[in-house]
Amino acid sequence: MNRIKNFWKYKGLLREFVIRDLKVKYRKSFLGYLWSLLNPLLMMLVLNAVFSSIFRFDIPNFPVYLLTGQIIFNFFTEATTMAMSSILHSGSLIKKVYVPKYIFPLSRVVSSLITLVFSLAAIIIVILVTGVEITPYLLLFPLPLIYVFIFAIGIGLIVSVLAVYFRDLLHLYGVLLSVWTYLTPIFYPVSAVPDYVRSWIYINPMYYFIESFRDVVLYKQIPSLQTNLICIGFASAALLIGLGVFYKYQNKLIMRI
Amino acid sequence: MPEIAISVKDVSMQFNLEKERTDNLKEFLIKLLKKKMVYDEFQALKNVSFQVKKGDSFAIVGSNGSGKSTMLKIISGIYKPTKGEIEVNGTVAPLIELGAGFDMELSGRENIFLNGAVLGYSKKFLSEKYNYIVEFSELEEFIDVPLKNYSSGMLARLGFSIATIVQPDILIVDEILSVGDYLFQEKCERRLNEMIQNGTTLILVSHSIEQVRKVCRNAVWIDKGNVKAVGDVNEVCEAYLRG
Repeated sequence: MNRIKNFWKYKGLLREFVIRDLKVKYRKSFLGYLWSLLNPLLMMLVLNAVFSSIFRFDIPNFPVYLLTGQIIFNFFTEATTMAMSSILHSGSLIKKVYVPKYIFPLSRVVSSLITLVFSLAAIIIVILVTGVEITPYLLLFPLPLIYVFIFAIGIGLIVSVLAVYFRDLLHLYGVLLSVWTYLTPIFYPVSAVPDYVRSWIYINPMYYFIESFRDVVLYKQIPSLQTNLICIGFASAALLIGLGVFYKYQNKLIMRI
Repeated sequence: MPEIAISVKDVSMQFNLEKERTDNLKEFLIKLLKKKMVYDEFQALKNVSFQVKKGDSFAIVGSNGSGKSTMLKIISGIYKPTKGEIEVNGTVAPLIELGAGFDMELSGRENIFLNGAVLGYSKKFLSEKYNYIVEFSELEEFIDVPLKNYSSGMLARLGFSIATIVQPDILIVDEILSVGDYLFQEKCERRLNEMIQNGTTLILVSHSIEQVRKVCRNAVWIDKGNVKAVGDVNEVCEAYLRG
């Protein structure tokens, strides 16, 4: 009860942090927020050129297939990477004034989510250009986003604490993420990989989030009950573990920043 | 019998000192293997107890490194004590560090809302008080300039103006404010005195015994984490000066 009251009191701070993140991110760049849209679009063009002419996977609507996977995974990468260093970088603030500490990783994940929403415009553009049929299923798009958002909060909480204890993680995480990227079918179909890799993909939460997103955007169908349950399972497990770790260590963090 | 504003019961605070800190994986694994996870512990506070009544002005005195600031940080909720209990009744405005959370890239205007939110004020409240804050800080001309172009005096002015827009129940001041120029300092002192007269409890940390005697009624002397004396300000100060 008290925690909820406290959260309510500091919701203004969460908003201010998110606004600051977004303002600082594109401050003084000529195109500003447009970059949130341009970035995935340009990356998609590059990857599309590479994979449709060099590797040639047999995927219909490859640009949309690529972009959906890429946008979801980029959100996760950005959110957790920023969340990881959020507590370390706020050391001076944490030592000066009482602020609920989860606000630092949480605000980073929220501001990444807003960037993700901007990037959705890129998908719409590509859908229109490539002539993918627009169906009512498209309206279900918030569902997979909510799953991956909750999952990112959980992981963000965990890595933000871990990074305080082991600074090496700041350097190691990029490597882990690139392994994770390649184990996620972002630019290749699941059918293209050998069996032993496939079993890795099937325990990869990101695969399910991306698949359910592709279901509504590309395959014109509602994600199956099984996919939904798996997504909910991964997301809530990450959140619960994240909260558990965070509450256990949050008062000790200040001694190590 | 006035109510109690702050009650500190048997509070101990323990730090693990820098030199034994393991913050990289290699060291951690090596130490784990050797079973040598020894921490060099440092007791900043040892079983400290005292009470501050509502409306009192209370000083914490002691030499450098005696644990005064640690005590203040525990009262304002920044540290959780390793042992013991602390009860704080009412809102706390810490003037320990002014302008915590200022972002140098953002303008003065944006930082009023950012820093205000850090202190737990709502956006609506800040909008109402916005003009008052700017007026008090006397920074009208510079309010849309990024903070990185402010002088340190200007930063302190802005920080003080934001921190003191509310009448808090408990005001925590670390060292007497050396904010800006002489005129502004006087203005700050007037603001603080007003608050105290309106019933705010003051907690002051200062090395200036004169100042403490002038402002405070009661005091505690902390030395190397132990309470040496607590009670009337004159008695405590005398004990402190005698060593």
